[in-house]
Amino acid sequence: MSPLNIKKGSSSHSAYDLRDSNAQAEESHTLAVIVENEPGVLARVIGLFSGRGYNIDSLTVAEVDHTGHLSRITIVTRGTPAVIDQIEAQLSRMVPVHAVHDLTADGPSVQRELALFKVAGKGEARIEALRLAEIFRANVVDSTLESFVFEMTGTPEKIDAFAELMRPLGLREIARTGVAALARGA
Amino acid sequence: MTKTMTGADMVVQALKDQGVEVVFGYPGGAVLPIYDAIFQQNDIRHVLVRHEQGAVHMAEGYARSTGKVGVALVTSGPGATNAVTGLVDALMDSIPIVVISGQVPTFMIGTDGFQEADTVGITRPCTKMNWLVKDTANLAETIHQAFHVSRSGRPGPVLIDIPKDVQFATSTYVTKEKIKISHYQPKLKGDIDAITALVELMETAERPILYTGGGVINSGPGASQLLRELAAATDFPVTSTLMGLGAYPASGKNWLGMLGMHGLYEANLAMHGCDLMINIGARFDDRITGRVKDFSPRSKKAHIDIDASSINKVIRVDVPIIGDVGHVLEDLLRVWKSRGRKTNKDGLAKWWKQIDEWRAVKCLSYKNSTTTIKPQYALQRLEALTKGMNRYITTEVGQHQMWAAQFLGFEDPNRWMTSGGLGTMGYGLPASIGVQIAHPDALVINVAGEASWLMNMQEMGTAMQFRAPVKQFILNNERLGMVRQWQELLHGERYSHSWSDALPDFVKLAEAFGCKGIKCSDPKDLDDAIMDMLKYPGPVIFDCLVEKHENCFPMIPSGKPHNEMLLGDADTQGVIGAKGAVLV
Repeated sequence: MSPLNIKKGSSSHSAYDLRDSNAQAEESHTLAVIVENEPGVLARVIGLFSGRGYNIDSLTVAEVDHTGHLSRITIVTRGTPAVIDQIEAQLSRMVPVHAVHDLTADGPSVQRELALFKVAGKGEARIEALRLAEIFRANVVDSTLESFVFEMTGTPEKIDAFAELMRPLGLREIARTGVAALARGA
Repeated sequence: MTKTMTGADMVVQALKDQGVEVVFGYPGGAVLPIYDAIFQQNDIRHVLVRHEQGAVHMAEGYARSTGKVGVALVTSGPGATNAVTGLVDALMDSIPIVVISGQVPTFMIGTDGFQEADTVGITRPCTKMNWLVKDTANLAETIHQAFHVSRSGRPGPVLIDIPKDVQFATSTYVTKEKIKISHYQPKLKGDIDAITALVELMETAERPILYTGGGVINSGPGASQLLRELAAATDFPVTSTLMGLGAYPASGKNWLGMLGMHGLYEANLAMHGCDLMINIGARFDDRITGRVKDFSPRSKKAHIDIDASSINKVIRVDVPIIGDVGHVLEDLLRVWKSRGRKTNKDGLAKWWKQIDEWRAVKCLSYKNSTTTIKPQYALQRLEALTKGMNRYITTEVGQHQMWAAQFLGFEDPNRWMTSGGLGTMGYGLPASIGVQIAHPDALVINVAGEASWLMNMQEMGTAMQFRAPVKQFILNNERLGMVRQWQELLHGERYSHSWSDALPDFVKLAEAFGCKGIKCSDPKDLDDAIMDMLKYPGPVIFDCLVEKHENCFPMIPSGKPHNEMLLGDADTQGVIGAKGAVLV
């Protein structure tokens, strides 16, 4: 059917977002959820995802406004466009949720993740690890004669790529923060 | 003026400030300070229940029949866990209730103390919102916020968990006018562009239908009036979900009856064949849609709902309108009138002719008997003998519930209390008490099945103690009728555990509670027996022994679309395939 004469963005809700409703392919979306920082709020948001069978690929949370007691939860999720719309609507109606931004749908965004890699090794492997870390602009934040801890900030893809390169060179452990994201522009 | 008081006094004061007149509850160790505060005042009435589930259903019955927020008070641990079913029931049916639970003192939380349970953790997915109040300074504000959240937007249950030391400690009381404005302010007005788009569709539609739901009733009596005005002005046919019965009068000219799995033939075929479906405050529940793929395949669909997450959840719609039903209908009528009150008169005339053909099928007809009371007949007589009375009906869950929806007529909103979304057996008896407490002079009847009724029968004690003259009209088939019906249709007539042996003698049971018991098994005696029930000034348990193997029709078998309804036993052979059998 032809799209109706409703302006996109005429309401904050995605029901007016007339994307192809029949698309069945899953998409990855990054959502920024601004919530009141009160006890249980994270459990409430996570409970929504588990209770309704939605995916969480990455999740980060921290208070970003100490005077207003607002936290920003960044969630990377997957689903068909209809499911993504549902997730946004379900989040939006939660009482402690102030706003939900779909950073993937709203336009270009910056997405960054911090990761720590522990790589153990000697000889050529150790030198190669250090050389690759330089190429990837990873910092050495801890060093022994047999190990490094590298710190790297980047997109999840860059971190994945670095991890793949480190694996044969003695990768022992990885710690990742999950994605933090902001829309580009003012 | 600021006042210092204990947390327990704050609870009572805040309830008074919120206009609460009655609380349904059950005391226990962790709420004793609040009970002490209740003891020392006379403004708020406390109704002592027999089980906390009963308290929550009573609060629901009170809320549904008055439009006000219902309140229940329970203790920690088992008190709170017993309340869970009622909370989910209210969540599914969008009923505004506030449940206050006691909790072990703050310094004991997390130590597995006596009667400790993680109440906010357990009830988080069972409520619209819940709070654990750890500081008396925040208590009054939290209670006022709780009432605001419960009644705003799509209404629902909220829970406030109050540790015992918070009830004892003192702090400054905050009045409801002084609290900071909540950011939670759901939008009431619909988008005017979307409303205009709907009016454009209404002007040309050949086969329109108004599909209304509980949202009309939740929006208040004004919304029901606007719906009636809309139907009268446009001459569009009206059908309703189980939850929406009474918003449009059953005697109204445009009424098609209830739709859905056990809805009327004309209502379901009109839904299937329409070219414009206007969903007003309903949510495309699976009892309504049947097979989603084949749901009303040729229609444009508009959906008015205050909850944006209801839109496009199950059925993709063409015109989404997010807003309160009353506000949206007001704008809709205004825009439609200002554009010249246009409808497609020729199309509508043909549509009504088609609907009249469907009506002529008389889908509710059944084979009556002179020796056995048919459940449908019992309800027809109940309807005839109580018509025009100041009447409220509650139900339990099962066949009797569907027959009640089919055979009883509701002329006004808030007169019909039933567990729709959750389907809670045991809802009806306590709900009827809640309704009666709110309307002491009204006739309140719980249409029940014997199996559901037994689930919360202890509440007859509450009815006696608080002189609530509720009439328990039990259609007794000595079976779990709806389970039995499905086993007949789906499971090769293997009736696994769907009959109740060792049922109590309901007349003796009534005597044991101190109320009146009536038994009736002969259709010839039925009218007199019903009149006996109506004349008796106190609670009555009416044991109506009905046909044991009657099935409820019409029926859309699971996994089938609207146009594949079963109208009677002759239609039922092998109709539900393996795919349908996995559905509920």
